[in-house]
Amino acid sequence: MSEAITTAPATQAPTGRAPNPGARSRRSTPRALLAAALAGPLLVLLPLALTFRRALSFGFADAADLLFRPLVGELLVNTLTITVSATLAAAVLGTAVAWFVERTDVPGRRVFALLAAAPLAMPAFVTSYAWVSLSLDLQDFCGAFIVITSAYFPLVYLPVAAALRGLDPALEETARSLGCNRWSTFARVVLPQLRPALLGSMLLVALGVLSEFGAFQLLRFRTFTTEIYAEYRTSFDGGGASLLACVLIVLCLVCLAFEFRVRGRARYERVDRGTRRAAVRHALGRWRWPVAAGFVALNAATLGVPLGMIGYWLTQPGAAAITPADVSPELLFSTTFASLRLGLAAAVVTTLLALPLAYLLVRYPGRLATLLERTTFVAQGVPGLVIALAIVSLAVRALMPLYQGTTLLIVAYAILFLPLALVSVRAALLQAQQRLEETARALGLGWFETLRRVVLPLAGPGLGAAAAMVFIAVVTELNATLLLSPIGTHTLATQVWTDTSTLAFAAAAPYAALLTALSLAASGLLFTFAGKSALAAHSAAPPDGS
Amino acid sequence: MSTLRISSLQKSFDGNPVLHGIDLSVKAGSLVALLGPSGSGKTTLLRVLCGFERADAGTIEIDGRRVAGPELHLAAERRRIGYVPQEGALFPHLTVAENIVFGLPRAQRRARHRLAELLELVGLPESYAMRAPQQLSGGQQQRVALARALAPSPGLVMLDEPFSSLDAALRVETREAVARALAAAGATAVLVTHDQAEALSLGDEVAVLWGGRLLQTAAPQALYQRPVTAALAAFIGESVLLPGHVVDARAQCVLGTLPVVDGAHHPDGPVDVMLRPEQIEVLPEAAPREGALDALVRDITFQGQDAALTLQLIDSETTVRARVPGYRTPRHGERVRLAVGGAVSVYPR
Repeated sequence: MSEAITTAPATQAPTGRAPNPGARSRRSTPRALLAAALAGPLLVLLPLALTFRRALSFGFADAADLLFRPLVGELLVNTLTITVSATLAAAVLGTAVAWFVERTDVPGRRVFALLAAAPLAMPAFVTSYAWVSLSLDLQDFCGAFIVITSAYFPLVYLPVAAALRGLDPALEETARSLGCNRWSTFARVVLPQLRPALLGSMLLVALGVLSEFGAFQLLRFRTFTTEIYAEYRTSFDGGGASLLACVLIVLCLVCLAFEFRVRGRARYERVDRGTRRAAVRHALGRWRWPVAAGFVALNAATLGVPLGMIGYWLTQPGAAAITPADVSPELLFSTTFASLRLGLAAAVVTTLLALPLAYLLVRYPGRLATLLERTTFVAQGVPGLVIALAIVSLAVRALMPLYQGTTLLIVAYAILFLPLALVSVRAALLQAQQRLEETARALGLGWFETLRRVVLPLAGPGLGAAAAMVFIAVVTELNATLLLSPIGTHTLATQVWTDTSTLAFAAAAPYAALLTALSLAASGLLFTFAGKSALAAHSAAPPDGS
Repeated sequence: MSTLRISSLQKSFDGNPVLHGIDLSVKAGSLVALLGPSGSGKTTLLRVLCGFERADAGTIEIDGRRVAGPELHLAAERRRIGYVPQEGALFPHLTVAENIVFGLPRAQRRARHRLAELLELVGLPESYAMRAPQQLSGGQQQRVALARALAPSPGLVMLDEPFSSLDAALRVETREAVARALAAAGATAVLVTHDQAEALSLGDEVAVLWGGRLLQTAAPQALYQRPVTAALAAFIGESVLLPGHVVDARAQCVLGTLPVVDGAHHPDGPVDVMLRPEQIEVLPEAAPREGALDALVRDITFQGQDAALTLQLIDSETTVRARVPGYRTPRHGERVRLAVGGAVSVYPR
């Protein structure tokens, strides 16, 4: 029997993309497409280059003086403490929620599954506004930890839940049949399978925490971002900010590099064959209701307090807050309009910018395309504050006419959210497979008719989803908006910020309510039309996911 | 080596009954093939036996020890039943060796207890121990899955369509290796399959599950020759079904008067007569055979080693199917003679 075995080929698991025999990859890429695809990645590299260049203009001694200060040490400790603790807490919380929702019979699990994703639509600075207005004692680390963990745990929950759903139930059943109980099945079989999703999402959380600015500022917790902003406010275009920014960028890029590695090694994926059974749900027995109560408590903290506090302040007169201030209807209208206008413009620009690159990735895959894609994802590792600062500095020095204009703000948004758009646009283009296009051509359709009757109907929803996600992200964005919005232009986000900074909680409430409603409604629409996959993409934009 | 006894087992999903009162005993050391078309409930039965699903009613006993019954549902991890899932389901994060010793206590895992023995048992070279499951072919993965199930020395092993994802050549080879390993390990085995050839060739006994009921449990030959219904006959293999009558324990139909299996049990009356195409012998037109019938070749499906023929009897409009060795395939429209060998089954109308 052994000869049969030795002759049997040891089939290697296919790694990377299988080359599509029909793809035009061997033919040279059209120049115009390449040029258009280059625009995004170059734009992404611009603020990085500017920041490093500015930092390099310091002499070595000056730089060392500025960097080796007790203050920088304190910032580093603060930043790393909150990053590590919030990431670990989000990992534990996100995994636990995912496991209970996907693998047990906890009552109300469908509702909890939806609610666990909802904090994604709540910007962290709005959550901090709620907690700060509840009690000023929640400032500093404790408040930051609560706010950041509740804002970021869905980033772990969504991919881990998706990984749990994708896991072959036979693995867990086999472990059970081999004598493993619930806990050792989880520890020895499930957790190792979740590792890629868990590690990848933890690094995304860490990146988010490193770049977070609004929440920390409102909670008066000093990190690199808040200090960079303070430096910017005191010395405007001083170099101190860019030196601190470089330290922050290095921290972020280390995270990003690990993230790329984790995704590259994600080899545990099951070769999907045939039908799939639903996994067996564990009966929680007498723990059913205590676990459900835990979920209620979690949602009270992540959603109840923010929404409740916004509701509370809406009903209070302006004088009830520490700083009395009233709301003017005109300002409410103009800020809403500004948020919508900026969101829509940025959504269109960013989607269009992602389109040629995504097309290149889908139709002309290769080293060059991958390089450009990875470059784009570097934007995930550059905090919005740093991008905004670099653009301010560029405008002041070279593009004065554009300074304080809408154009640069849109550019900043495009850089920030290009990775987000790229993932969806690429997925959308993959829907319109080349062979379908070719079939249409063979049936006698011209290229325009093919576009209208085949490509757009297939890719349209995905493109819409991409634009919608950018829209949500822009409306809830604070850093770049704060630094780059034209004088006199106030958005919902900046208005929440201004009023909360001055402790005018009642005045901030209508803006916070509108902002949250807008974001939740848009996310809800996106969820309904584009399905869970869109939200999953939103939470974990894979650099080379397929 | 354990005995398995199932009685009046019932299971339904969301009010739809899937298993209606299953009774089955499996002798220690034997291999029972659980055969059924898709949707017949065979995988559900296996999952209830393993403890992945809870039975609604009925009892399951292993070696006289009750593992499921009224108010009793022993968890899967406490039943000590080896389980070989479809497509193997090897743990992708572990090597072949780590997969095989997975179910052993920690100390034995460390010591790679019985690893070489188990690899040899399933016919894999020892050098495979450190490979990742992804580096194995489908058949090799199945063998590792079997070794993993056998490692804790279970008395009973369940195999859930273990060969269905393999291509034809690999299937035969893997099937033989698995049968040898099971026999060597001396484990009692239940093999779920929808492939009748697999069930007939591997099973000491074949239990046919049909619409959630055990239709027939018999040795492979008996099942093939005496299926209890005409529909089952067609499921087990190709069949020729003709209207006829039983008279004095013999079946009369267009093919003549034929002996009936267990003929004495059948009262006289109208029946459907079932025989297998290979029982119809196709002879040259000039063959001197008493009782042979004249027929015309109407259709030929040539399959290499043999050919399936559709033949029309000259004396009636009836057509029957027959098989001939490939080298003796007649021409289209050729006149041939038919003779029937062996006994036929009858089903009262």
